[in-house]
Amino acid sequence: MKQIKQITVLSGKGGTGKTTLTAAFAALAKDAIVADCDVDAPDLHMLLHPKIIERQEFKGSKLAVINENKCIKCGLCREKCRFDAITEELKVDPFSCEGCGVCAIVCPANAITLTERISGHAYISKTRFGFMVHAMLKPGEANSGKLVTLVKQNAKMLAEKENIPLIIVDGPPGIGCPVIASIANVDVGLVISEPTMSGIHDLKRAILLLRHFDIPPLVCINMYDINRDNAEKILDFCKENNIEVAGKIPFDRKVIEAMTNGKTIIEYSPESNVAKEVREIWRKICNILDIAGNRQRG
Amino acid sequence: MIVSIASGKGGTGKTSIAVNIAVSLGRDVQLLDCDVEEPNAHLLIHPKIIREEQIYSLVPSINENLCDHCGKCAEFCSYNAIFVTPKEVLVFKELCHGCGGCILVCPKGAITEGKHKIGKLSLGYADGIEIVYGELEVGEPMATPLIREVKRHIDKSKNVILDAPPGASCPMIETVKNSDFCILVTEPTPFGLHDLKVAVQVLEDMKIPLGVVVNRAGIGDKKVYEYCRKKDIPILLEIPYQRRIAELYSRGVPFSLEMPDWRGKFKTLFNEVRVLAGK
Repeated sequence: MKQIKQITVLSGKGGTGKTTLTAAFAALAKDAIVADCDVDAPDLHMLLHPKIIERQEFKGSKLAVINENKCIKCGLCREKCRFDAITEELKVDPFSCEGCGVCAIVCPANAITLTERISGHAYISKTRFGFMVHAMLKPGEANSGKLVTLVKQNAKMLAEKENIPLIIVDGPPGIGCPVIASIANVDVGLVISEPTMSGIHDLKRAILLLRHFDIPPLVCINMYDINRDNAEKILDFCKENNIEVAGKIPFDRKVIEAMTNGKTIIEYSPESNVAKEVREIWRKICNILDIAGNRQRG
Repeated sequence: MIVSIASGKGGTGKTSIAVNIAVSLGRDVQLLDCDVEEPNAHLLIHPKIIREEQIYSLVPSINENLCDHCGKCAEFCSYNAIFVTPKEVLVFKELCHGCGGCILVCPKGAITEGKHKIGKLSLGYADGIEIVYGELEVGEPMATPLIREVKRHIDKSKNVILDAPPGASCPMIETVKNSDFCILVTEPTPFGLHDLKVAVQVLEDMKIPLGVVVNRAGIGDKKVYEYCRKKDIPILLEIPYQRRIAELYSRGVPFSLEMPDWRGKFKTLFNEVRVLAGK
């Protein structure tokens, strides 16, 4: 069968429009699986309204549990824990425990065991545009990177089973472990930037990250007309570094209206300048990925 | 008093609020940028950097002469950072959390700890504000050890403001831990509200008192207000969506410097936080 193509939408800085754009791509793509890999603050479901068809538990990490009856209060666990996860009262602080197990092996009374904790759930769903895979990390849980990897595995399996040629990944902000997991083995990383000092700074780090993992970068400037000088700076930076710019999207309150109505901008305001530009960006992405273009314009 | 600024959703204006509070208070302020993946606070206050430190984590180093490839270290490691073959031991430094457990379980004493660079820490000053920020090495997955290093500089005699990374998992938790109060910055949109709820749940579990700043007020809808009223969460400040504020931010200028009325509002906000935190 044909090779499955993958694109991740990322940004470095949060709130630049990753999810808005991913949802629009989902509306435009002919045959794709959409994966929401922002597992600690997922938002894509509010635009795509998935119906869950499969749900799986995610056991991402372990937690130390002290058996009070066996504990001899020697405090060795507290001394050896490098995450300050054992309190003065010799209780486990679940927000600090990283589940390493050092306390369990140093405990002379064998009073400590490690238990698996259910850190979240992964889902396979259907939307009006096709399949969506997503997840929800329990608030405050660790190991979002592992859950991202699970979401991507689900996407891959589904793509193979259903013979779907493309996976569109909505990535989390930042450049740390969940972002690294979300860009692993993808064909293109589309960085959504905004023309602010922070936006430029974070764009550069996102590009460095993609280059570090040998993933071809592509850039899109969102709300470019908020500061045209800075938008120019981004264009110059991309030119100097041989990075293709997929497009410039203007600021438009319709994007927020679409969001409050739970729709993609493509559906809510198909003739807006934003929708036109996004269609153009999508066409370029299809060319780069060498896949067939849009579904019927609706 | 230690006040953290967090949000759940990215790009709601955490850094902008953190910097504007710091600038408005003007003195006895420490601003710690704990968003080590994408630190931005220094871009708004342009500090003079007086010290930089390389930050390292501890990772296992295997003495192959002593190692008999028994595999106990790999079996123990919860993070799959060690892989033992009959011929050699592979250490994946990026996956290591630095717990030190492998050293404890090795029966041959073949493991010691070496240093692995994870990022850089900078300390500087801008108009009486002390700023500390970390920059995670690109490609390095784990932000929390670096956040811990940034927080080691907390000076409790000052008003400490912690700028948190977005989200609601480990880096955010590490930042807000031990705060006296947390300000959650949101925007009145469905995304803003959804991610606010996630952040509120984390802070409630951690028993950290909280209040909300609504940024870009006027866009979106009223559901954030309804939610806060129902949950009895104080709305500390509303910042309207104004092109001028957005433009100043885009140029890297804290808007309260150009719009001095806001300095009073941020001071009032901080005093209210002090009361709510019982400090």
